[in-house]
Amino acid sequence: MKKVAPTAVSAVLPSVPHRAARPYLPQRPDFKLDLAGRHARGNFWRLAFMLATIGTIVFLATLVLTIVDDAFGYVVMVNEVDPASLARDGVRLEDQSAEQLRLTLEEQLSPRRARALERESPLAERPAADLHELVLVELVKPNIAATYGLIESIFERGRIVAESQTAFPGSVLSFRSWINWRFMSTSQTARPLTTGVLTAFTGTLLTILITIVVAFPLGIAAAVWLEEYAVDNRLNRFIQLNIYNLAGVPSIIYGMLGLAVFVRGLEPITSGALFGAGSGGDVANGRTILSAGLTLALLILPVIIINGQEALRAIPGSLRHSSLAVGATKWQTVWSHLLPASLDRILTGTVLAVSRAIGETAPLVVIGASTFLTQDPTGIFSKFTTLPMQIYQWTSRPQPEFRHIAAAAILVLLGLMLSLNAFAIITRNKLRKNRRSA
Amino acid sequence: MKFLTKKRPAAGPLEFATTMDGATTRGGADAGSVEAGAALEARQLNIFYGDFCAVHDLSIAFERRKVTALIGPSGCGKSTALRAFNRMNELIRGVRTEGEVLFHGVNTYDPAVDPVQVRRWIGMVFQKPNPFSKSIYENIAWGARINGYSGDFDELVESSLKQVALWDEVKDKLKDSAYALSGGQQQRLCIARAVALKPEILLMDEPTSALDPLSTAKIEALLDELKKRYTIIIVTHNMQQAGRVSDRTAFMLLGDLVEYADTKELFLNPRDERTENYISGRFG
Repeated sequence: MKKVAPTAVSAVLPSVPHRAARPYLPQRPDFKLDLAGRHARGNFWRLAFMLATIGTIVFLATLVLTIVDDAFGYVVMVNEVDPASLARDGVRLEDQSAEQLRLTLEEQLSPRRARALERESPLAERPAADLHELVLVELVKPNIAATYGLIESIFERGRIVAESQTAFPGSVLSFRSWINWRFMSTSQTARPLTTGVLTAFTGTLLTILITIVVAFPLGIAAAVWLEEYAVDNRLNRFIQLNIYNLAGVPSIIYGMLGLAVFVRGLEPITSGALFGAGSGGDVANGRTILSAGLTLALLILPVIIINGQEALRAIPGSLRHSSLAVGATKWQTVWSHLLPASLDRILTGTVLAVSRAIGETAPLVVIGASTFLTQDPTGIFSKFTTLPMQIYQWTSRPQPEFRHIAAAAILVLLGLMLSLNAFAIITRNKLRKNRRSA
Repeated sequence: MKFLTKKRPAAGPLEFATTMDGATTRGGADAGSVEAGAALEARQLNIFYGDFCAVHDLSIAFERRKVTALIGPSGCGKSTALRAFNRMNELIRGVRTEGEVLFHGVNTYDPAVDPVQVRRWIGMVFQKPNPFSKSIYENIAWGARINGYSGDFDELVESSLKQVALWDEVKDKLKDSAYALSGGQQQRLCIARAVALKPEILLMDEPTSALDPLSTAKIEALLDELKKRYTIIIVTHNMQQAGRVSDRTAFMLLGDLVEYADTKELFLNPRDERTENYISGRFG
């Protein structure tokens, strides 16, 4: 830069003192620079954007914290029968042999209950650990007297200990993780201590599997047709417009559609009667996992189509031209170039859509998901409940324990979603890497 | 008739189902006359974008194994005309083409002609290098494979890359992505990709406009070699380039073919005043 003579600079510089501490550059009188004002406005918006981000994070953190707070914490257990009274030959309950435990059970159980247990598996053949568990469940019958959240459990331990001893003499205070392996691996029961999430988890997995298997290929196929093959005429524009509108239709409407079409209209198929399934005592009448999966597939189909179209549209025209210029047919171009190039975007959109489907409750209520189901689904023609349905059902129970159970189920649902997303992101990154290096 | 007697004496490159039985109707008489004259000929070609006529009544014949340059100011229709020669205009919405483009005596716009087949014989190189997102090897082999090439692919890749003087630079990294190459190398790869189909004609749409001078010089040198085997039609906005590489030059203006002559003739003794104004830099 040329050095400006000092006289020339002072001629151009305004005589108004500038606030900025930075060294001056020449200014022109016919340009009002107003740096301070412009930067102030810029900083205001920067602050606003930052606050919005922080606000969002605070909201999300509060949500997660509330759930975690409910999912762990102290519980006060009161036993119906004092385990000390079950000591035999001076041996504490925990240390008793299988023979001693069996005798206790035979003496104290009602004959009916004993017969029922015997039918499940003969008591004499059960191992000691199993029998010990039985004694606890059948005779000691621990009940939850009070529960505490994680935060108070950590910070107000002293108060909780004192409170539980005064209010429930003889009670046992223990720290409980409501989400645990037992909870994950048992079917639903009516009691909060023994209930499990497996029924709903299996239902969600099977439903989502059907949704993906149906919606993904159908959606991509429709996207390819609309984007690459369909000519620009009135009919196709009408179809396109309707797909956009369908993406915004409330999900409960899809539930009505699913009820009319899949549950009622196609009952022979969705109930499995056509395939000889579901003819046992447990008839679902079309209110099956298959119906639910198909309904959710319909729900996310428009989203997948639109997303697929956008993914294809994002591919530069030069790729199509280069392929066609070497004598490729349209199909060869689509299959060898367009789909591989757009697969990562397609996958991202599909995962977002599937995540939405996992969390859907309303359409499933309409098509008749069971609210209380103790039997795990065995196939696509079974009755079902899903995680969000189960969470809804648990949160609406009056007993406070179910709040903790619901929190644990929410964690399971979040975990399922996160692992699905992680799987998709890893796959996508792998695809991107392959495309760049191969 | 050398070309036609190579493999299947009865039929020209654009075989119709009707000529498969050995009849010589199309391949014979017509193709013979074409062999004597033009490699490609446009007759009364009109191209419209909606109502706008981008190319007007273009009749031009391209000589075999020569480089023909299409020059003219922006928007004169030279690229549109070029794309018409292998029916690439059909990929652009709202383009309508009238008239004939004759290749081996066959009108490529005949409804019976599949554009896929046209493009297989008339290759194209674009303004910006656009290799496939595949390996260098696959970039060349893919086009041949989908068109049912039955020969040795390694050999084909090697010979194609040698024709564009790229073999020595990439022979050790054929499995690498084509995107790892420089812009100039990518453009030569694109030429190799077109050459791999053993076409007759190469259409080039401003092939060096996105490249640096050194890469441009390499590609220009390449054209001299390639024209021994292929008929080349090149669109360029660079008159010096047209002067350097082409044997024949066509000057277009506002959709009309103004003048078409030997390059030297056109640049030294332009017949039309508009040509003179353009090449002397008075507009453009």
